[in-house]
Amino acid sequence: MPQHSFILNGTQVTAEVDDDVRLLWVLRDVLGVTGPKYGCGLGVCQACTSHINGKAFNPCSVPVSAVQATDEITTIEGLPATVGKDLHPMQEAWLTYDVAQCGYCQPGQIMAAVAKVRQARAAGHEIGDADFDEIRNICRCGTYHRIREAITAAAKEF
Amino acid sequence: MGDQDHSLGRRRFLGYVLAASTLTVAAQLGEVAAPERAEAAIPSLPEPAEVYDLNDLLTDAALPTANLISIQLNTDGTASFALPRAEVGQGVTTSSAMLIAEELDLPLDRVRVTLADARPELLFNQLTGGSNTTISTYTPIRVAAAIARQRLLQAAAAQLGVAVSTLTTSAGVVSSASGASIGYGALAVAAASQTTLLVSVGLKPAAQFSVIGTPQNRVDALDAVTGRKQFAMDLSVPGALPTMVCRPPTINGTVRSVQNLAAVQAMPGITDVVTVATGVAVRGQTFGQCIDAVRALQVTWGPGTAEGASDATVLQELLAAELPLVIPPLPLLTQEVDTRFTFHFASNSALEPNCAIADVRADRAEIWGALKSPIVAQQTIAAALGLLPTAVTVHVTQGGGSFGRKLFHDAAIEAALISRAMGKPVKLMWHRTDDFRQGRAHPMATSRVRATYSLGNVVSFEQRHTSVGTDFGHGLGEIITSLVAKLPVADLGFSETMFELTQQTPYEFGVTTQLLNEVDHGFNTGSMRGIYSPNVRCAQELVVDQLAAAMGQDAYRFRRQFLKDDRAKAVLDQVAQAGDWGRTMPAGTAQGIALHPEYHGFVAVLAEIDCTPATVGRQVPDAWTGPRVTKVVCAVDVGLAVNPRGLEAQMMGGIMDGIAVALTSGLHLENGMFQEGSWDEYFYTRQWNTPPELQIIVMPPTTGVPGGAGELAVAGAMAAVACAYGRATGTMPTSFPINHTAPLGFVPLPTEPPIPQSPTDGLSRAY
Ligand code: FES
Ligand code: FES
Repeated sequence: MPQHSFILNGTQVTAEVDDDVRLLWVLRDVLGVTGPKYGCGLGVCQACTSHINGKAFNPCSVPVSAVQATDEITTIEGLPATVGKDLHPMQEAWLTYDVAQCGYCQPGQIMAAVAKVRQARAAGHEIGDADFDEIRNICRCGTYHRIREAITAAAKEF
Repeated sequence: MGDQDHSLGRRRFLGYVLAASTLTVAAQLGEVAAPERAEAAIPSLPEPAEVYDLNDLLTDAALPTANLISIQLNTDGTASFALPRAEVGQGVTTSSAMLIAEELDLPLDRVRVTLADARPELLFNQLTGGSNTTISTYTPIRVAAAIARQRLLQAAAAQLGVAVSTLTTSAGVVSSASGASIGYGALAVAAASQTTLLVSVGLKPAAQFSVIGTPQNRVDALDAVTGRKQFAMDLSVPGALPTMVCRPPTINGTVRSVQNLAAVQAMPGITDVVTVATGVAVRGQTFGQCIDAVRALQVTWGPGTAEGASDATVLQELLAAELPLVIPPLPLLTQEVDTRFTFHFASNSALEPNCAIADVRADRAEIWGALKSPIVAQQTIAAALGLLPTAVTVHVTQGGGSFGRKLFHDAAIEAALISRAMGKPVKLMWHRTDDFRQGRAHPMATSRVRATYSLGNVVSFEQRHTSVGTDFGHGLGEIITSLVAKLPVADLGFSETMFELTQQTPYEFGVTTQLLNEVDHGFNTGSMRGIYSPNVRCAQELVVDQLAAAMGQDAYRFRRQFLKDDRAKAVLDQVAQAGDWGRTMPAGTAQGIALHPEYHGFVAVLAEIDCTPATVGRQVPDAWTGPRVTKVVCAVDVGLAVNPRGLEAQMMGGIMDGIAVALTSGLHLENGMFQEGSWDEYFYTRQWNTPPELQIIVMPPTTGVPGGAGELAVAGAMAAVACAYGRATGTMPTSFPINHTAPLGFVPLPTEPPIPQSPTDGLSRAY
């Protein structure tokens, strides 16, 4: 069985699994990291959104073999450590605005939001309505409005 | 505050101190009689739903069979409560914790609410439906908490050698007039009883509430944002490996034969392949390998239960089954509005797909799942396995949304049967594509509304709702059957009873008749955040707009003039004012206003929509854009909002659902199968459809008793958006969702293999 190594939330990990198994299942079923959720396995719903080297991506759409030993994968569980705190400012804002309802989409929403703020900044502007309209994450509980409020507030904090 | 403040001259309630080592108190669910019935202070006969609605029924159902809910006080000063309801995002754990914090004078963060396993003795008291949780638990939870506080005071009085009346409680501490204080934790053992005692207690008057009615954040918010909140698929049950099912290419198709079972069993990671009633189940090391195996299976399928059916054939059946109107046309005296609306199938799929864990052994079974009707699940699963219900343990897990889905236990029973067939524990998850195509759908329906008017009055208002049958086989059916004698709707079938209990016309429109007829039970159906209301009320409100226009009146003032209830008028006035009703708007944009009463609550919604070509034609990749709702103002009166922040969240979600079912989200039925197979095909509201402006106004308490909230906003929002669309485009919409008859906005996925492979190019889309 092939071995695959990468950095997961700051720790080098190795998983013994076939090359073409998507990273989402390596995280959830092999390594027991369940923050990233399954909502489609098609790169559509974004519930699995995590970071690779600081960028948002869908682990359901990446074979484990495409991940290098030096790649840093961050799931919601590892997000606070990226800022050296108990909670990332985006998570704090999520609490302030009481965003979550069932919560199933929220790990993915938060990971997407962090990347979206950075992306807007890299493009030279602060995040706004046009950027929000580009966020593809489904929230079937319909928390979209509070998500917008929380991202706007959090963007001032990091 | 002093104990006597709580009870002096107030009604007292009975509850129990249970024999236990630390203070444990209990009260009966359904302790209190059903909420006061609305008096019919109106000239026309009240409709059944006005005097006795679904919630009264669910509340009354508690009375004869009620059993105890209990609260335990722990030595660390916290209180624990196992709520016999499901939490699927609606916030009932938070509002229940608030009730306990209020009566116990304990900080909210020291109340721990968990979800109870199936408790068969509760019978109907463990069904989370019809927005009923807060209504039916509001008094019993407070009674139990008040008894706990009373016992703590008594224990403190004994220890301090002072009278109870000189003691006060605050923030989990009992204090005496002389300044001595004892924390609840230190009293938990002393306050306990060795025998079970029946005691009486008074409840805190509303004027002294400091928690109830204040905005509170959810008690599970931290778990949700850190990824620690565990849903069924996040649980690690020994030996329960990922399991999926290869499903048929048509709805409820059957397995005839499997050509390559052995070859699939030998695929990487796969441990088991078995045929079950619903398809061919595979179990493996990862869900990814299960997807591969499902796609590799070669199965010969038998016909399903909706072979050859399409939107067009179902529509024909519905039209043929429409019940006749009873008011004869009176052309000389009256004019009429007569319109028929079509509501297509819609999916109640939550973001968490159908899923469950099952560990079935020869003599017992253990099930984990988000189940709103766990007792029915337990009984049905026991029957299917040939076990006694007592041999089946059902754990209720946190649910990733419900919207009607989790009233049923489709995944739980399937997981149980697969586990038995494989002889191993299984972690069963439905693929998203299956969840849309083979999962439950809100039934397709038509609604014909004919209203006649004369001399400034509406003389008659008749509605004939014709629907594909709605499945109520999740416990509500049993409740209705057992209570049928006391219902104000004699001699009706089950669905007709549900219709009568949930549907009402809030307007004074003369002779009003509303009837339901159902056809074709070949589909997997269920309610969807409301049973009939969103469609029924949307049709009504569109006709109200037509009537107002025909009679030369403003849509808001017309509604106001004919509304029966002052609470309805108040929420309508509120949105008209806050939303600046009637403001001048550019061509192609417009406002819509609508009202919806249900479950002893009222909601009014004002929506603004932009139907200009530039907006309708805006491009978002792999998305349906279309008209954009640009602003929503919503006012809600549920009698008493236990947690206004939670109520706002429920309204916000309901509004997003209303926008979806009005504009974009429906299922296309073609050749016995739904076409939609992913979230980029089933167009639930996305960020690019979200109104940039949203205002939700929670009305101050009116009745002092909480009403239902989970479903309330959907109908109001759907109707307001539809009315706005009609005004903006000059054409009243009659087919929903409005985009349904447009060319399909996606290329349907194949039906064989039933599920698509996951992409491999995810890194190229990283941002
Ligand atoms: S599960 Fe990865 S995008 Fe839906
Ligand atoms: S909070 Fe339930 S899906 Fe987003």
